[in-house]
Amino acid sequence: MADNTAYYGAYLPLVVMLVVGAALVVAMFAGNRLLRPTHATREKLLTYECGVDPVGEGWAQHHVRYYVFAYLYVIFAVDAVFLFPWATVFGGLGWVSVGEMAVFIGFIAVGLVYAWRKGVLTWT
Amino acid sequence: MPELLEVLVRVAIVIAAFLVLPLIVGQIEHKTMAHMQSRVGPMYAGAFHGWAQLVADGVKFVQKEAVVPAAADRQVFKLAPAVAMLPYLVAFLAVPLGPGLVGQDLDLGLFFVLAVMGVGVVGTLMAGWASANKFSLLGGIRVAAQLMAYELPFVLAAASVAMAAGTLSLLGIVEAWNPWWLLWQLPAMVVFFVAGLAELQRPPFDMPIADAELVFGPYTEYGGLRFAVFLLAEYAGIVLLSALTAVLFLGGWRGPFEEQLGWLWTLAKTGLVAFVVVWIRVAYPRLREDQLQRLAWQGLVPLALFQLAITAVGVVVMAS
Repeated sequence: MADNTAYYGAYLPLVVMLVVGAALVVAMFAGNRLLRPTHATREKLLTYECGVDPVGEGWAQHHVRYYVFAYLYVIFAVDAVFLFPWATVFGGLGWVSVGEMAVFIGFIAVGLVYAWRKGVLTWT
Repeated sequence: MPELLEVLVRVAIVIAAFLVLPLIVGQIEHKTMAHMQSRVGPMYAGAFHGWAQLVADGVKFVQKEAVVPAAADRQVFKLAPAVAMLPYLVAFLAVPLGPGLVGQDLDLGLFFVLAVMGVGVVGTLMAGWASANKFSLLGGIRVAAQLMAYELPFVLAAASVAMAAGTLSLLGIVEAWNPWWLLWQLPAMVVFFVAGLAELQRPPFDMPIADAELVFGPYTEYGGLRFAVFLLAEYAGIVLLSALTAVLFLGGWRGPFEEQLGWLWTLAKTGLVAFVVVWIRVAYPRLREDQLQRLAWQGLVPLALFQLAITAVGVVVMAS
């Protein structure tokens, strides 16, 4: 338990920082509230669309191709989780460990090559 | 009790740095860009070469009306600037200036900073969604796509340094740093810096903002102090990226007279990288959205994987 206390103790300043930071933001906007004018008119609160009245809703439909990038990211995001712990110890494990990691990342890289060859990275 | 006091002092110093360093970078950007474009930039505020321009901006921002569009998702809209800024503030805590000069030394420093930097972009996404504006939404989706594309090479390049140093502690990485890393880790440095620029949505990677096509992307509906907080977050991001590049790849406080002047070396290297960030903004035109994605997936990711291979081989050869 004693070791754990020291370990978590290192994160105490982070908690303090978050609290103080949040207080800082609150103070900034409280100052803003005291100093600012408020003259809301219907026109001013209208959604901005280059100076003309907005057409339809702001939450419009969008092209699906962005979706593919999310998939590509998920392919790789997993390997970063394994890569960092491995990075600190592999020097002592030698070539076998490097080979294993190469196989692992190689599998993932095949996914990228597949997407590349499928042409999802090129728009026309 | 003295412990808590010490923590508070450290937090206060980090907050002071967070509020001052981004302004210095902003002022340098004003003046450097101006002179690169044969202008003089701000000259009036503060009398001497407009040094107080950003202070004057701040005074103005705090007095401006806070407009929330009627169609917007009010709570998310108001929360977004704070979500964009606070992660950078927390990340500042873990960045070391010198051997003992750090807000808080974490065993997982590198991992922590990368994770926290990723959260900052959520603020921009929230802004893009909550504004209920077509331009904001388009910008927000571009932010999401850009973040996902560039997070990967960014993390892989950082992993390369962690492999070379054998630790995730930022202090440990600088201790393990050796001048020949400048060559060995050069591809990683390029990947890290370019991907970092893209994560901060700095030109030439500012498609989410793209003022010529999307008005101002996710920030279109923002004004006054909320907009100022987004700006502060962006410049804090530049400082953080520059400091991380200096610490991970340029040896942080290592240099002549490092015993006495270590912190100055870190600051000088950070300043140099920040200057390059500004320089690149002036020098390159914006990429198109699909060019941006191709640069990440077909350029930076393979390069980062190549670097991982070089690093792995180098470490094992030196260990045996």
